[in-house]
Amino acid sequence: MSELEGIYTIWLREIIRFWRDKSRIISSLVQPLLFLIVFGGGFSFVRLGSLSYQTFLFPGIVAMSLVGISIASGISVIWDREFGFLKEILVAPISRTSIFIGKALGGCTTALIQGIVILSLSFLIGISISPYSFLISIGLMTIISLGLVSIGLIIASFIETFESFGLIMNFIILPLILLSGAFFPLQEAPQWLRIISFINPLTYGVEAIRFVIIGFSYIPFPISLSIISAFSLTVILLGGVAFNRQK
Amino acid sequence: MFPIETFNLTKKFNGLVAVNKVSLKIKEGEIFGLLGPNGAGKTTFISMLCTLLKPTSGRAKVNGFDIIKEQNEVRKSIGIVFQDPSLDNRLTGRENLEMHAGLYGVPKEERKKRIDEVLRLVGLYERANELVRNYSGGMKRRLEIARGLIHYPKVLFLDEPTLGLDPQTREHIWEYIKKLAEKENITILLTTHYMEEADALCNRVAIMDYGEIKVLDTPENLKNSLEGDILMLEIKNGKNFFEKVKKLHSVKKIHIAENKISMTVRNAEKFAPKVLEFARKNKIFVNSISVRKPSLGDVFLHYTGREIREEMGEGKEMMKRRARIL
Repeated sequence: MSELEGIYTIWLREIIRFWRDKSRIISSLVQPLLFLIVFGGGFSFVRLGSLSYQTFLFPGIVAMSLVGISIASGISVIWDREFGFLKEILVAPISRTSIFIGKALGGCTTALIQGIVILSLSFLIGISISPYSFLISIGLMTIISLGLVSIGLIIASFIETFESFGLIMNFIILPLILLSGAFFPLQEAPQWLRIISFINPLTYGVEAIRFVIIGFSYIPFPISLSIISAFSLTVILLGGVAFNRQK
Repeated sequence: MFPIETFNLTKKFNGLVAVNKVSLKIKEGEIFGLLGPNGAGKTTFISMLCTLLKPTSGRAKVNGFDIIKEQNEVRKSIGIVFQDPSLDNRLTGRENLEMHAGLYGVPKEERKKRIDEVLRLVGLYERANELVRNYSGGMKRRLEIARGLIHYPKVLFLDEPTLGLDPQTREHIWEYIKKLAEKENITILLTTHYMEEADALCNRVAIMDYGEIKVLDTPENLKNSLEGDILMLEIKNGKNFFEKVKKLHSVKKIHIAENKISMTVRNAEKFAPKVLEFARKNKIFVNSISVRKPSLGDVFLHYTGREIREEMGEGKEMMKRRARIL
């Protein structure tokens, strides 16, 4: 019972902090929308069969916003450590696993709020999502962002100071997004790019979301769904272990 | 039962002994002080008692619970104020306390009442709804003390509770600590490297240096144990004069630094004129002379052979290392 309460408390803190940081909310909304408007507009001459490039891009933008906010919220543990608050949590009578779960759920919730906001802006570019697809998308986003938050938490348990933060952004988040087929159709990509994208687990997340939202994907939905689910489950478990191991 | 009991508690870091076979028994309701310079092992000692660090060897019990086998019970029954700040600056004071109440499973219906109670105890009730980042250093400390009390701990650990605070704020914090010791019926273990702090607050003081307890007693007894007053003498020339002074009768303990000498002597008031006369005969020019009652600083000097100083190079290293542990 007290473990559940601990999880809830840690979750609540993430939500309060998220809600209070209006500039972060706005900037993390503006960035994907900019991509959508500028790239979607600039490449409007590109058509993929019956799809406009903007429509194709939209699910990728949803995934992109998930990546940034999820990984960042996992990594925020480094901040907690630097500012001392982590000690207060670590010395509390709750298990490391509960701390991990609270953190993961908190990060996932904030990412979901973001994702849902972007998803509901789909009408702006003329995409209509059925309530059914909307619900499935939320489920998918939950799976993906839980995995991504866990990646952030794993990174945080290995990295000691936030000086390495920029490094992580450049070497993990950016390649993860760029190589996920969020911006380009995999079937048109050169062989080498396609191979790298197939190694990137996020590709399957992007493909699954794309299928659910616009009914189009290169990788069949059952395959992308199973791979991204398996991947998320693995990193969640690994994250739990890494967090327990951490001093 | 003693709220805190340790038996040969030892912690080594890569072969370096930070805490060396410390055995202590702390009584219920007392304010117990660990006095020593930075790097003496005080924080390491406390971290083991809070179950944040595993001892290399030895045993300890807090509130009757074993710090290795019964970590959760230990954690539930203690409150901690860390040396470094550990508040969430982006939450309000009250939110920080609510978080804590949640983490420690304080029953919902009691929470508000208890939080108001501890806020009033540290005089932050009016400022509770402000963000912590707008608090002053002293307010943050008080909030941390309040937070440590929410779950009705039987033992409160205060690691350098007034480190980095100005003297006035420091005295305020002392008052709060004294008040809560009376009101909350709680046992307090505090570490400090401020002599006056140990003197003003503690029922008993253990002097710690290089990971060992050198001596343990009430501040009164510690000071009396020097059996005399402190006579300080500063001269302009002729350092070998000190060697002669040493030989004068009733000089008990001597500490020479540069052109200053401090000695423990009985009846210092009567001895001082003799020293001056002796200096005149030896053609020594005396800059200053003073007589005072011994302080805990003198006690520290007496038992460790060196002065306690605020910052020591070694202490910084120790702090860095500890920062890496957590």
